[in-house]
Amino acid sequence: MPERIMFTMGDIASAEGALSAGCKYFGGYPITPATEIAEWMALRMPEVGGSFVQYEDEIASITSVIGASWTGVKSMTATSGPGVSLMLEAIGLAVMTETPLVLVNIMRGGPSTGQPTRGQQGDVMQAKWGSHGDYQIIALTPASVQEMFDQTVQAFNLSERYRVPVFVLADETVGHMRERLVIPDEKDLKIEYRKLATGDPADFLPFKPDDDLIPPMALLGSKYQFYATGLTHDYRGYPTDKEDVQLELVARLNNKILHNADKIIDLERFMLDDAEIAVVAYGTPSRSARKAIKEAREAGIKAGMLRLKTVWPFPEDALADLASEVKHIIVAEQNFGQVYYMVKAAAAPTPIHLMAKPAGMPQLPHEILDKIREIDSL
Amino acid sequence: MNPAGKHFALQYLREETLQSPFCPGCGNGIITNCFFKAVSDLGHDDLSKFAFVSGIGCGAWIPSPHFRADTLHTTHGRAIAFATGLKFARPELEVVVISGDGDLAAIGGNHLIHAARRNIDLTVICSNNFIYGMTGGQVGPTTFYGDRTSTTPYGNPERPFDLSRLVAAAGANYVARWTTAHPNQAARSMKTALERKGFTFIEMVSQCPTAYGRRAKTGDSTEMLKWFKNLPVRKKGEAIEHTVPTHQGMDLGVFADRHEPEFTEAMEQTFGQLGEIR
Repeated sequence: MPERIMFTMGDIASAEGALSAGCKYFGGYPITPATEIAEWMALRMPEVGGSFVQYEDEIASITSVIGASWTGVKSMTATSGPGVSLMLEAIGLAVMTETPLVLVNIMRGGPSTGQPTRGQQGDVMQAKWGSHGDYQIIALTPASVQEMFDQTVQAFNLSERYRVPVFVLADETVGHMRERLVIPDEKDLKIEYRKLATGDPADFLPFKPDDDLIPPMALLGSKYQFYATGLTHDYRGYPTDKEDVQLELVARLNNKILHNADKIIDLERFMLDDAEIAVVAYGTPSRSARKAIKEAREAGIKAGMLRLKTVWPFPEDALADLASEVKHIIVAEQNFGQVYYMVKAAAAPTPIHLMAKPAGMPQLPHEILDKIREIDSL
Repeated sequence: MNPAGKHFALQYLREETLQSPFCPGCGNGIITNCFFKAVSDLGHDDLSKFAFVSGIGCGAWIPSPHFRADTLHTTHGRAIAFATGLKFARPELEVVVISGDGDLAAIGGNHLIHAARRNIDLTVICSNNFIYGMTGGQVGPTTFYGDRTSTTPYGNPERPFDLSRLVAAAGANYVARWTTAHPNQAARSMKTALERKGFTFIEMVSQCPTAYGRRAKTGDSTEMLKWFKNLPVRKKGEAIEHTVPTHQGMDLGVFADRHEPEFTEAMEQTFGQLGEIR
């Protein structure tokens, strides 16, 4: 399809991104503020020959997505915090069975039912640590309607490449804001697809990794008699309680992400080159920070921003480098401090200042400017 | 109005929480009045002998925060499970779950049928508006085949549950279905449900002009109430055949009316002698 231009909301941009990435299956359940993604998919999926199903709950939604993905169909769901909480067990299964899928979480106010129509960034740690056991996932943090599209495409690519669930973690403001969206000509989009099994099914080991730590995927319904289990499994996929298999498998599930962190991590450096005060932000607060930094520069304060477009895997090296460049780091996030602790661990001993706001309205530009002035006067 | 010039339901409501958040024309106010009529007919001057539990969605806002009583507004779909724990700890309380069809029958469907199977002494009132109203009109487990909703823009390809038949088959002691156009029958059934030991279920078909009527083209509140008024009423003791609910073919009345052993009693029968053995 040729280039299209829309004036639309982040939720719909994300759905369009998924369609452009080749998503052909959406299983979902209504939840504010992510429902518009499901509604858009209900309208659009039949047009592209895909399937939309609304399930009885979020558990059915995510598990159906895993089932669809095992057949080779690019699959996704979209929800918000309470829905993610229900999906967490299945996310662990997707990690263990190395199932590509995309989960869009439009973050709302919590804990619990919280403030459904207000934004928050309270699910950053949940995305990483929510399911039990030790594992890595990938989480992208768009800050605009265009990025909701672009990073949903990116989420599918990363999910396919690394055979791992990928979160699009957008706060409600990004999900519901309306902006100009340019959907590129499909020829100009780089679309990836999982590495598939080849060769004789008789010799095939479905969980034997290649050198890149990723096993080629045998699809359900193909000639390989695909078998997958959430139990610890050997190269054949068969369950085992052997310690060496557990250690090798868990190490690989982690390392296939960690060893490729530099290829996954996506950062924007804004006015950082001579900065003395750096703001670290992602999502909506980064939009306020951009304005605040411009105003701080006009006032002669050397401020800049490191914007995280991915939060998992965490860009520890970039934060350590930043700490050596600047005198102070301000972490502005719409929660009571989540990325803050990761920054603290990576960037000590440079002073790290948390600007927490676990409330419906993000940090406003003048509030961040005030904080920059306060730090500058120290 | 009572002699003080106040609506009779106000004695059971936290007046400081009013007005309710319901849309103009919503049926949830009628359900509230039906329930308080039953409570009043049973001779309660207040709700001190009750505890209320609700889940997520418009129906869950009937008791919360409005009822002047102990009230838990819980997570999506789990109201009956919370209520079961509550009932075990305080069996003397009249524990009532009031929530919607999406909450009780989709995400909470498992708890609904298992509570009915156990026949635990709860009264569940389900405001069934055929739609997810609060999130803006998505298809639900009670939406009729062919209905257009925001997530079935080409028409619903799925069949709806018949909630009353489902819960009756799962083992509830008393099950009735009425509508907001049948307030007197509904209040009488709610009274029976509150008096009856065991699991009791009142399905209240209710109009949602905002999210359902507008999309499924069933008209405004008045037109929907006229529609409900014309639904067939079952004869007493009539056999329960399998049917798939349709707009015109949704029968009202009593679907189960029995006195099977209640769960806490069955527990007592099973474990009662253990104390003597010790």
